[in-house]
This record gives sequence, C-alpha cells and structure tokens, in this order.
Amino acid sequence: MAGKTLYDKLWDDHLVSENSDGSALLYIDRHLLHEVTSPQAFEGLRLAGRKPWRIDTNLATPDHNVQTTDRSGGVDSIVDPISRIQVKTLDENCDSYGITEFKMNDPRQGIVHVVGPEQGATLPGMTVVCGDSHTATHGAFAALAHGIGTSEVEHVLATQCLIAKKMKNMLIRVTGKLGIGVTAKDVVLHVIGVIGTAGGTGYAIEFGGDAIRSISMEGRMTICNMAIEAGARVGLVAVDQKTIDYVKGRPFAPKADQWEQAVAAWQNLVSDEDAVFDQIVEINAEDIYPQVTWGTSPEMVAPVTALVPDPAEMTDPVKREGTERALHYMGLKPNQKITDIQLDRVFIGSCTNSRIEDLREAAAVVKGKKVASSLKQALVVPGSGLVKQQAEAEGLDKIFIEAGMEWREPGCSMCLAMNPDKLGAGEHCASTSNRNFEGRQGFGGRTHLVSPAMAAAAAVAGHFVDIRDIISA
Amino acid sequence: MKKFTLHEGLVAPLDRANVDTDMIIPKQFLKSIKRSGFGPNLFDELRYLDEGQPDQDSSQRPLNPDFVLNKPRYQGCSVLLARKNFGCGSSREHAPWALEDFGIRAIIAPSYADIFFNNSFKNGLLPIILDEAIVDSLFQAVEANEGYQLTINLEKQVVVKPDGTELAFEIDAFRKHCLLNGLDDIGLTLEQADAIKRYEASRRQTAPWLFS
Repeated sequence: MAGKTLYDKLWDDHLVSENSDGSALLYIDRHLLHEVTSPQAFEGLRLAGRKPWRIDTNLATPDHNVQTTDRSGGVDSIVDPISRIQVKTLDENCDSYGITEFKMNDPRQGIVHVVGPEQGATLPGMTVVCGDSHTATHGAFAALAHGIGTSEVEHVLATQCLIAKKMKNMLIRVTGKLGIGVTAKDVVLHVIGVIGTAGGTGYAIEFGGDAIRSISMEGRMTICNMAIEAGARVGLVAVDQKTIDYVKGRPFAPKADQWEQAVAAWQNLVSDEDAVFDQIVEINAEDIYPQVTWGTSPEMVAPVTALVPDPAEMTDPVKREGTERALHYMGLKPNQKITDIQLDRVFIGSCTNSRIEDLREAAAVVKGKKVASSLKQALVVPGSGLVKQQAEAEGLDKIFIEAGMEWREPGCSMCLAMNPDKLGAGEHCASTSNRNFEGRQGFGGRTHLVSPAMAAAAAVAGHFVDIRDIISA
Repeated sequence: MKKFTLHEGLVAPLDRANVDTDMIIPKQFLKSIKRSGFGPNLFDELRYLDEGQPDQDSSQRPLNPDFVLNKPRYQGCSVLLARKNFGCGSSREHAPWALEDFGIRAIIAPSYADIFFNNSFKNGLLPIILDEAIVDSLFQAVEANEGYQLTINLEKQVVVKPDGTELAFEIDAFRKHCLLNGLDDIGLTLEQADAIKRYEASRRQTAPWLFS
C-alpha cells in the first residue's frame, strides 16, 4: 500500500463518518471567528434553538471593519454606523455564548490569521476553519485549514463538524536556493503565475522542497495564505523543527507533559516518502524573481524586470480579452516597463504580510530614507496588537514615521477597504496584500501585489524598482 | 433551505472568466448582519455607474447600459451562463445570497471556485458544470436567440435545451438529496451526534492537548 500524504493523514485523523458517495463528516479542532461572516450564523443558531457544540474551540476577534487610527473611544468611535453594528454584534454574540474574543482594544486583537498562530491557537495536526478564505494561512503549521461560508460557520458552531469531500493531492516542490531579495511572497506569486488562479481548484496543495524548508514560519504562512489565490482551499507545509520552535511557549500551546506528547505526535505530520500525489509541480528557486502583479487577477503577475504583456500576442481569445480588460482597468499599456508604473499609495499590511518579519524587511529598506513626494500615502498596518508592540520595541515605528509613512493600529485595513482605509478611483497602489481584483482596495482602485521589501522600495522611489538593485548596492 | 427540483428560466450570459466574489458583491455590502437584501447590489460595480453604498436606494442610481444584466432582453433572467473559475476569491456567502436574492436559481459554467461552489448548495442555488465546448455553444445560442430559456431537471440531472436536447451533468448524491428535499444539513449532522461524541472520546485519548 502506498504511503500517505500529509493531507491524507490530517483527513483520516479527523474523520467522524463517511458516506458511500464520498461525502464525510470531518471534526473541527479550531474555529476562528470575525465580525463579517459570523452574525448570520449566530442568528441561525438562535432561530433554530441550537447551542454551540464546544465553546472552547472558538476564538474570535474583530478585524475587517475596525479603524486603524485612534481607538481610544472604543467601539463607539467606529464612524460608519453599519460597521459599528457589525463589530458590536460580534462582541454581543461572543459574550452571550462565552466565546473567547480579543475585542477591538485588547492588545491581542488583530487580523484573525495573524492572531491564531501568534497565540498558539493554531497547532500542528489540527483542523482549523474560519469564515474567511485566507484560513489557508494556518496550513503552514501542517494543520488542515480552510475557509468556509457562513452556513458552514453555523454548522461548525452547532455540530463541531463540517460536511466535506476529500480533495485531491498536489505537491508544489520548490528546489534550490532563493536569490537575494526574493521572498516568500515572490515564491507564491510566481507559483500562481505558473499554475493560474484555478490551477489548484479541487486540490490541497502541499508546498515542499528545500527552498520551502529554508523559509521561516512567517514566510510559510505567507505562502499558504495565498494558496486560495491559486484556487486551492488548503495550503500545507510539513512539520519540522521550525514549526515546533515557533509554537513552543505560546499561550494556547500544550503545556508540561502534554507538550512532549504533542511534539511526538507532530513528528508524523509529513508526507510519507512513498506517498502518491495526483499532481506534482516542480519549481526551480533560481527561476523566481521579485514579482509585481500588473492586472486584476493574481495570476496576472510578472518579474519586476519584465514588460506589461501585449494582448495582441495572445492566441487564446478568453485570455486575450481578459488581458485587454485588465489593462484597460489598470490604465496600463502593452509593453510598458513595470518599473515605469507610477504609484499613488503604498500599503504594507494584511494577513499575507503584516507579521514582524514583514515589518522588519520593509523597515530595513526605508531606514534613513524618505517616501517619494509624489505619493499620497504610505500606510503600515501591523497584523496584531502584539506585532505592533514588538515592532515598537524594536523602533520600527520610528523608522516608518521618519520616512514619512503612517504607523497604524492593527486590522485588515486597505487589503479590502471595509474600514476607512481605501484607494481612490484610478489610484495605483503597491500593496503587500493578496488580491488585485477590480475595486478590491476601493472603487476604481488599481492594486499591484508585491512583497514588503518591494513595497517599501516602491514607496521611496514612487514607482516599482528591483529590490535586488537596492540590496546589492 | 429552498428546494430545487425543476426550473425553467431565461438565460443571461456573463461572458468573462474568473468572475470573483468581490465583483459579485463588493465589500461595502458585507457590513450587513442580515442574510437577505443583497440582490440590488449584485455585480454593483459593473451594474451601476456610481459607487454604491449599503444604505442607498439603488433604484435611483445610474445604470451601466452596457452591462449584460441591464439589457432589456435579459430582464427576469434566472439562469446565469458563465465562464471558468466562477466565484473565485473570498469565502463570502453574500455572493450566493446576492445571486439568489436577485432571482438567479442556477448557474452554468465550465468550473467554479471551491468555496463558492459549496456555499451555493447551502442556499438552494444550483451551480451546474458543463464542458467548456458546450458552454461555448450555449453562449452562442443565447446571443442568437432573444428570450432563450433552459429547463433544469435536477432529478434527472439534465439541462434541457429549447429543442429538447438534454445535456447531462454530475452532482454529488448527498447534495442532490439535500437540494431536492430542501434539507437543513445541520439537522442531518446532529442525527450523528453519537458518532461525534465517540470520535471526541477517542481523540481525547490520543490528543489530550486538544481538549484541555
């Protein structure tokens, strides 16, 4: 019998029952909640007269709607009344059921996908779900983690299970040494460019190979976070010593005897050598350059040294039309140099890139420099209150502020602009977030996805620059 | 959940690939704590010329005459014909809620993003997968024939063309059963409460740190 993939093992470990048509009941160990996708689920639970199955697996924090400016006035200071009601509704629901919540002014509040791992609430071998597609982030810990809809949020609250069907297995093996200035973000953008935004649909993607092993836990989270942008609900990285070192001592991590027992069990969270994958994609690390998206889908990506593609050279009519539409929306011309794209704003933050290492990388680039005078705004939004504290302890906030950037309170912010941080129509933004869809960062806004270092370098220059020129200079 | 058995309806063609959930329902409308009322804001940025706000009366807003759903011939449509990877992006169930609230009962496309696909079934909205070549031919037929209607027979798992030709589609037995009967899957899962408790008892032995 062939060995098991990491995904196979996680699936088998959580199987409550399985039907003949392949649909199964899967047990959920950790349910993360935020204010946007949970209110209708709590309401459904109440209307049906049901109670949460297991309160202690739930952990909540408001992140999408919260302002990133002064919060001393508490939830009542959220200006938009509809946003305010949504945040208050989460508070009320968590209070009434006794669910642990890091409220807006708790120092542990932040983007739910930053908070989970930071607290040790995300552990290897768990199933982790949340009403948010970027739940794939937690797969960096060899946890089976994926986004769910609101009906499923209600289902998990009521039953601690999900009705699921097993996905196929894909291995993306990145081999070799990553070049200087090439980060986890560039790796995942490159992968999406190779397999496309639907390349991973129906698959759980495991990222492996020595290049992935060389990347830190925070970088692995960046990679798994964007598995969904390749169409895969699940991204995974096998457990190694980095995983265990990262988890150790965190507030929700196992303690004392249980720690040793857990670590022993986690050693098995790797794909067996003879495991069979339905698809394997080989990527050479040396082929990956700093990436910039030029279009309105994450697969519309190119190395910073490249030119904007020319639809006239495309033979597939759907692709040509999509490219023409994207270039029109983005206000770009075919064969224009990517480094000639002039920027209006820069956003460093989001569940993809708002952890301490991301902020350190960005700060190292802007240290002692000034943001280009042509920029309207350069925003730095830490992923959690604890990331913010750590950054301030290291003096990163001062580096950003002295460079002319804004240092903010934690939240999702301009990644999806549900709070007041947004792009104006026609504005170009170098953003460390995950989606460059039309209107994502504001009505008519034009998003270019990049790594934190590339965003910081673009902030100083006012346009995209090759980070390798700066680092080696 | 609303039942889905047999449906006959006017088809509207949305001729672009990778339609994302931000496009289906932009983020400012996700601030609602309700499950209904998203229909007027379906495809908001494509459908209107101005920027929509959650508490606005959309009937007074300037429509984009070029957007397919605004064309007189597609008024009252209930079947959406779409391209590959429909519903990619976020997990927002507001996307199927908006489609359903607008009056769409079924979608026909070559492929869907996984989370959107799953969310649709929970809301009585049937996402049908047909081969790319067949979808192509349907786009041509809709374009050429004003008032083009399709009939969807879930029991038989076929889409029936006006000339009576049947196009077969696949669907999971469990999902089909839930849709045909309008079943609440939480109720079904709770029938397995004993199995869930047995799983918990055994898992507590092998992984006690998940229960402390």
